[in-house]
Amino acid sequence: MTGQSISIAATGASARGRKRKNIRSESGPPPTQAAKAQPTARAERPRDLPAGWRVIAAKEFADHISSIRFLVLTLVLTLAAAAAVYSAAGGLRALAPSASGANSLFLYLFFYQPEGSQLPTFVYFTALLGPVLGIAFGFDGVNGERAEGTLPRLVSQPIHRDDVVNGKFVAGLAAIAVIFIAIVAVVGAIGVLQLGILPGIEDVVRLVIWIGLAVVYVGLWLAVALLCSVVFRRAATSALVSIAAWLVLTLFANLLVGVVAGVISPVSDDRNLQQLIANESTKRNLSFISPSQLFTEATRATLDPSLQTFDVFSYIQLRADDRALPSTLSLDQSLLVVWPQLVGLIALTSGAFAVAYVSFMRQEVRA
Amino acid sequence: MAGAEPAAQTTAGTAPAIKTRGLTKRYGDFTAVDKLDLQVKHGEVFGLLGPNGAGKTTTILMLLGLSEPTSGSARVLDMDPARNPIAVKRRVGYLPDAVGFYGAMTGRQNLHYTARLNGIARKPADDHIDELLERVGLTNAANSKVETYSRGMKQRLGLADVMIKQPSIVILDEPTTAIDPAGVEDVLALIRELAHNGAAVLLASHLLHQVQQVCDEVGIFVAGKLVASGAMDKLSSQIGSGAVEIEVAAPPPADGIRDVAARINGVTSVEKDPRDPRMWVVRAKRDVRTDLARALVEAGHPPYHLRRRGDELDEIYRRYFADYSADSAEDAA
Repeated sequence: MTGQSISIAATGASARGRKRKNIRSESGPPPTQAAKAQPTARAERPRDLPAGWRVIAAKEFADHISSIRFLVLTLVLTLAAAAAVYSAAGGLRALAPSASGANSLFLYLFFYQPEGSQLPTFVYFTALLGPVLGIAFGFDGVNGERAEGTLPRLVSQPIHRDDVVNGKFVAGLAAIAVIFIAIVAVVGAIGVLQLGILPGIEDVVRLVIWIGLAVVYVGLWLAVALLCSVVFRRAATSALVSIAAWLVLTLFANLLVGVVAGVISPVSDDRNLQQLIANESTKRNLSFISPSQLFTEATRATLDPSLQTFDVFSYIQLRADDRALPSTLSLDQSLLVVWPQLVGLIALTSGAFAVAYVSFMRQEVRA
Repeated sequence: MAGAEPAAQTTAGTAPAIKTRGLTKRYGDFTAVDKLDLQVKHGEVFGLLGPNGAGKTTTILMLLGLSEPTSGSARVLDMDPARNPIAVKRRVGYLPDAVGFYGAMTGRQNLHYTARLNGIARKPADDHIDELLERVGLTNAANSKVETYSRGMKQRLGLADVMIKQPSIVILDEPTTAIDPAGVEDVLALIRELAHNGAAVLLASHLLHQVQQVCDEVGIFVAGKLVASGAMDKLSSQIGSGAVEIEVAAPPPADGIRDVAARINGVTSVEKDPRDPRMWVVRAKRDVRTDLARALVEAGHPPYHLRRRGDELDEIYRRYFADYSADSAEDAA
């Protein structure tokens, strides 16, 4: 949860901070007679109103977790996760005698794919299906209010206009976090029963960080869906466009990266090593645009202490020089490895939310 | 609305509740609101009357700080809504046109949400909401989901929603559309009550017949311009010629009416109504209804019908529209 709450604060706070300052510097003296009309509010404290985004987030969150889409998505994801982990646990048990010394065996549940297994791993499922969660909680965020005719009434209450979009974003993130916590708990329980090993403290911390990562990753799609709900009048259009974006970026990203890299750093027929290396690094740099790639790498490094680098060349060099580091990394070392991916993900998510935020603020209430 | 009363009294006399000067909103080349000067006092119902698309809603959004004026200024409770929207929105209740509620929530839950957004604690909100639901006649439907409500019920829930914050100013956009006639009476009575308790009420509507009876003052708003404003009776004297048309009918033989009427001071012409042979049309420079009635009774022609034409807001309104389109036709020529 740590990672997740930090990311919320980072995305929400910068925008609000600006807004607050703005309003404070412009506002005149507080209305003295104003609050006398309100027996429940005190005139001395004109800012005794609760933060609007919190009220909105609380309502939206309650709506989310009592919605059918929440139930359905939780069920589907839990089933997928349970199947993946069950298969991983089977493979791990066969492996266990030889790996008795390895720590963090528990975490292998989440990303270990036994040889010959048809079922993808849990983290693969998350990278693939996670965006659907974000889209489900965001695609009708603003246009739904318009369709129901509640938006003019909502923004005429004593709240800032950005409270609407901030509250909805926070509520979506919270709902997503709840789903991930539930799934990880179920998966962990299955693992404990199947493997008979209890997770260590570091395992739990790594898992918590991973949940934060997953929430940021899915939060990106929540922000994209919210943006679509601002731009498109109809919820169906908004959902379709979000899903199209998800398909393109998740399924065809690798293909696109290959094509673009071929244009930027072409490889001629004679398999020139220099060219191959250039092509490979272009691919790597480009793949940082793909959120699912970022998330997959961040996941690997967070959950797998034995992963030391993503860079093929450094890896080769490490091996060749026989300077390989100790076989597993501590948590802070793992975080160092994953730092660029982490920053990239948070930047993408914040950026997407910023675009949604700005387009909502520029829109006419009545439009 | 006990809470609204003291507030209104302290502010009454110091400044009007709403005052705009040269308020203008342009979208590109299109001028939605053109140099609007408007004033609404506490305890008064001001009817902003005009056809759809006249700029009524745009004006309201500027008064709430939800849209920034291109030029000119608005003062709401002596505050600038563009700079201090929260303080303004806290004391101004707004019922939007075609108000909507969250269909999956009950009427009561919807009102509670508004109460929370206004920072009203749970307990006082509970009591107040019960009272408001009773006043708008929704006590029995309070715990049903709003998606089962009729348009009229939503409209009444909207009125309750507006009153939750105990506003000093109430802005209602087309509050009587989609309500059956009996419902309209109830809504108008509620509006009267709000003004009576000291709130300033700005009522935007295109349904003149329905709202004229509650308005203390009206402004005729056409294509972004306030073409006339003032109390209802003063408004009629603002109309062009100032001539008064009276239709009168008495039991036959009634031909004596012509002579009797023509003798009254100020009458310019008396003729039979071409559309209705029983009716006489008397034109005068002033309102001669009393004199005419007395003279007819004395002359042995007691009238059974006597009515001043153009007295109703609707006719005033139509007349302004006619004038306005004539003007714009001339401008175009």
